[in-house]
Amino acid sequence: MGVAIKWLKEYVDFNLTAEDLAHKLTMAGIAVEGLEKTEDDAILELELTPNRGDCLGMINLAREVAALTGSQVRIPKIDIRENEEDVNDYIKVNIEEPHLCLRYAARVIKNVKIEPSPAWMQKRLMQAGIRPINNVVDITNYVLLETNQPLHAFDYDLFTAREINVRRARPGERFTTLDGVERELDEEMLLICDGDRGVALAGIMGGLNTEINEKTTTVMLEAAYFAPGNIRKTSRKLALRSDSSIRFEKGADPNGIIYAINRAAMLIQELAGGEVVKGVVDVYPHPVASKKIELRPERVNYLLGTELTPDVVKSYMERLGWTWEEKGDCLLVEIPTYRPDITREVDLIEEVARLYGYENIPSALPYGDTTVGGLTPYQEIRENIRTIMAESLYEVVNYSFINPVLFDKLMLPPDSNWRNVVKIANPLSEEQSVMRTLLLPGLLENLSRNFARQNSNLAFFEMGAVFYPRGEELPEEKLKVGAAVAGMSDLNWLKHQVVLDFFFLKGIVEDLLRRLGIRDYQFKKACYPFLHPGRTAEVWAEGEVIGFIGEVHPEVGANFDLRDRACVFEFDVDTLFKLSQKKRMMENIARYPSVERDIAVLLKDEITAGEAVDVIRKSDDRILREVIVFDLYKGEQITPGYKSMAFRLKFQSNERTLTENEVNDVVKKILDNLERELEAKLR
Amino acid sequence: MINELKEIKMRAEERLKEITSLDELNELKVKILGRKGEITLLLKKLKDIPPAERAEVGKMANEIKSALESRLEEKEKELRQKELELRLSREAVDITLPGLPLIKGRKHPLTQVMDEIRTIFTGMGFTVAEGPEVEKDYYNFEALNIPKDHPARDMQDSFYITEEILLRTHTSPVQVRTMEKMAPQIPVKIIVPGRVYRRDDDATHSPMFHQIEGLVIDERITFAHLKGTLMLFAKKVFGEGVRVRYRPSFFPFTEPSAEMDISCVICGGEGCRVCSYTGWLEILGAGMVHPRVLEYGGYDPEKVTGFAFGMGVERIAMLKYGINDLRLFFENDKRFLTQF
Repeated sequence: MGVAIKWLKEYVDFNLTAEDLAHKLTMAGIAVEGLEKTEDDAILELELTPNRGDCLGMINLAREVAALTGSQVRIPKIDIRENEEDVNDYIKVNIEEPHLCLRYAARVIKNVKIEPSPAWMQKRLMQAGIRPINNVVDITNYVLLETNQPLHAFDYDLFTAREINVRRARPGERFTTLDGVERELDEEMLLICDGDRGVALAGIMGGLNTEINEKTTTVMLEAAYFAPGNIRKTSRKLALRSDSSIRFEKGADPNGIIYAINRAAMLIQELAGGEVVKGVVDVYPHPVASKKIELRPERVNYLLGTELTPDVVKSYMERLGWTWEEKGDCLLVEIPTYRPDITREVDLIEEVARLYGYENIPSALPYGDTTVGGLTPYQEIRENIRTIMAESLYEVVNYSFINPVLFDKLMLPPDSNWRNVVKIANPLSEEQSVMRTLLLPGLLENLSRNFARQNSNLAFFEMGAVFYPRGEELPEEKLKVGAAVAGMSDLNWLKHQVVLDFFFLKGIVEDLLRRLGIRDYQFKKACYPFLHPGRTAEVWAEGEVIGFIGEVHPEVGANFDLRDRACVFEFDVDTLFKLSQKKRMMENIARYPSVERDIAVLLKDEITAGEAVDVIRKSDDRILREVIVFDLYKGEQITPGYKSMAFRLKFQSNERTLTENEVNDVVKKILDNLERELEAKLR
Repeated sequence: MINELKEIKMRAEERLKEITSLDELNELKVKILGRKGEITLLLKKLKDIPPAERAEVGKMANEIKSALESRLEEKEKELRQKELELRLSREAVDITLPGLPLIKGRKHPLTQVMDEIRTIFTGMGFTVAEGPEVEKDYYNFEALNIPKDHPARDMQDSFYITEEILLRTHTSPVQVRTMEKMAPQIPVKIIVPGRVYRRDDDATHSPMFHQIEGLVIDERITFAHLKGTLMLFAKKVFGEGVRVRYRPSFFPFTEPSAEMDISCVICGGEGCRVCSYTGWLEILGAGMVHPRVLEYGGYDPEKVTGFAFGMGVERIAMLKYGINDLRLFFENDKRFLTQF
């Protein structure tokens, strides 16, 4: 909202530059977001918080300035010359919904001449962002800007029943608003009617059927109070906001209505030559009384950490223009109804704090029982996992919602559990319409987008929640850690480049598991619809699956426009935590020399390294310390259907130096076992 | 005999001048001082000299011998030094060649900023609390003093799953969840990092972003403590020189509410494009926990008070690293991720 300083000065005196005023207001919670200088004036651009809708009115803003500067508000005097007729002979008002319309007031003005409003008024409206229309309409808007009370002017002669009825709309009832749009209403919406015919959408916009036009001579002014919640709901449902609805939503002043309607009548008389019919029809079945709130000056200090005396606290109430009674150590403050945001003591304490200045409140660190801060064991392990991942992979952050089309790209079968998603009822787009059940689609898109931008050699991980529906309950949120890699490590002149493939990722997983103290795990061949059937493993520990790892299926790769083979994994963080062992005991370092032996054996293609290592390990549990697969060869000199696999065996004893014979015996046993169990032949 | 010794010494010294390698030196050593070397042989003749002269000749002979020995030793040192120098210069590498690139990764800048903030607060005795991202309307709004139809709901247009379930629009629901768990125990000192969601997508809004929330509840917690705690935080994140200011603001779940600004980290408060020429940057929202929220959480607002604060992680990361486009955080371009 734009506020012209010259206009503001009509209601309050202050001796401040525009900059100083802007600063003072900002520091008191009325944020001035911009200051525009014109030839002879300055316009403040206000960014009001939702609780201070009252400052949408100049007089209320002037009250704020007065409180801040210690000056007085000047409210324009009402001076109307009414004729001898009785307004009750012109119009009757009946409120059918007194809890949606708390008050309805009407005035009638005759012999009005519709023409453009004076230039000064038009200018002020435009500065505030309102388009001038004609004198009567402009006056209602002018008074709205002045008092924060929305008003509406009807062409009285277009009424037929001359009896205002405030009722709910009927389901499906059609009504054309001033902007020429025909709208379909429902029974939650409040309609102002002439008899039974709708003439205004209560608090939001008038109707086309009774619009002020150049032929209008008799005007009926409406000033009312509508329930904020109902206006907000209707305004949202119809996607129709107006200067009027904005103010009603935030809560106008039910006791400011008579002033506002009189102010408008007075201006119409002055500027449109009207003759004001005597009296106001004012239906106000349950008058809203101003609240009285207890304020304990001691509580002010208790909450703010200040040492203000009761007199200082009182002085701020005085500046706000509010009165109080003293009641023991308490002040019983009467809150005017133009400040609906003040509902309890703490709101008054905020008023004191604002006026005292937040910058004047002292600064201190809390004392009291000291607490040991830090992470829970779960959080610590989780952050460890993230740190370990970040040693060799770059962390990405993807949206938690994805495009369901990605499930097709992953070639998930129609009955796949991963397709059972939490759906967003009002997504911004189809691309962000369902909560992810896997991290994988996001990671593959990361690869794809990076490839498209000519970035190659990619190694990413993400840690984040996936979501599984649970009917009416909140969905199950599982934290996952996933990775996707493609290409090679960075090119370099030393020719040390690592291919970012299945085994690269597997190495990361093994390192992770070991560092979490998870010793007992197995990689088992597995099948996932989106992974290469020959290059997929499930990782098991203590009888449960903790994750999968594999190369992306070539067709899935093509669906995601991947230019290179890609490998992925996804693990469940909670399970990793559950299995992790914080306690780690040192193993003794043997003092006796170790002996190494290399053996190479010929194995049938279908025998896995895992099986071979198992056989080797089972052969000896006394001196065999380490088994490393250090070569795998197929090709020339190797019979088709076979492969050569080489192992480095390390032997060591904790008690003595090993003898040649002792080691030879074990190696022989290993070779025998390999031959017997796997038909392996020594090369 | 003395003359002969002097002769040998002279010749050896001549030869030493020509020698350039350890091998040649060794040869000379053997030739003169070896078991069958010239001096060794000569000294054997010492016994033939009459006893009266023997002592003096012997003394002189030994002097000449040891002088020669130390000359040879000196030469050997010199030659070894030369040889080492030669080897070292041969082995020189082009140190401007790049080092071996490690297989490396990095945490996302948002994680790095969250880690930093978390560490500051855990150091002050805060623990980390967490809660679901898909949340009940009750925790996200209702229990935070934002009833249905409250105008404050406009500030955060939400993604709904059902009428009563939505993607949390802030980390504040965890305040209530924590209070429910803890009440009536005090003190409560938590921070809540996490993802939040709002139905907004443009240059300055992302439908998903990150917040860190903080909550302190205890006896006699005041607005002054809020100021002190957040001041310390600002100095740790943005440096000792940073200035802060608090402006009144509005949040339904705090009262009084404040907005904390820091002096612009780009211009130092002079005024620049980043701070819209105000010299100040809005950095977080805070306030004293609203008594109604304390009640929802199971505390008696007459007995305990508290403060709460919340900040956008993206905003802080943007200021810290000079990132000018919010969307970069979620595009996950390698050229972006490798910079932090």
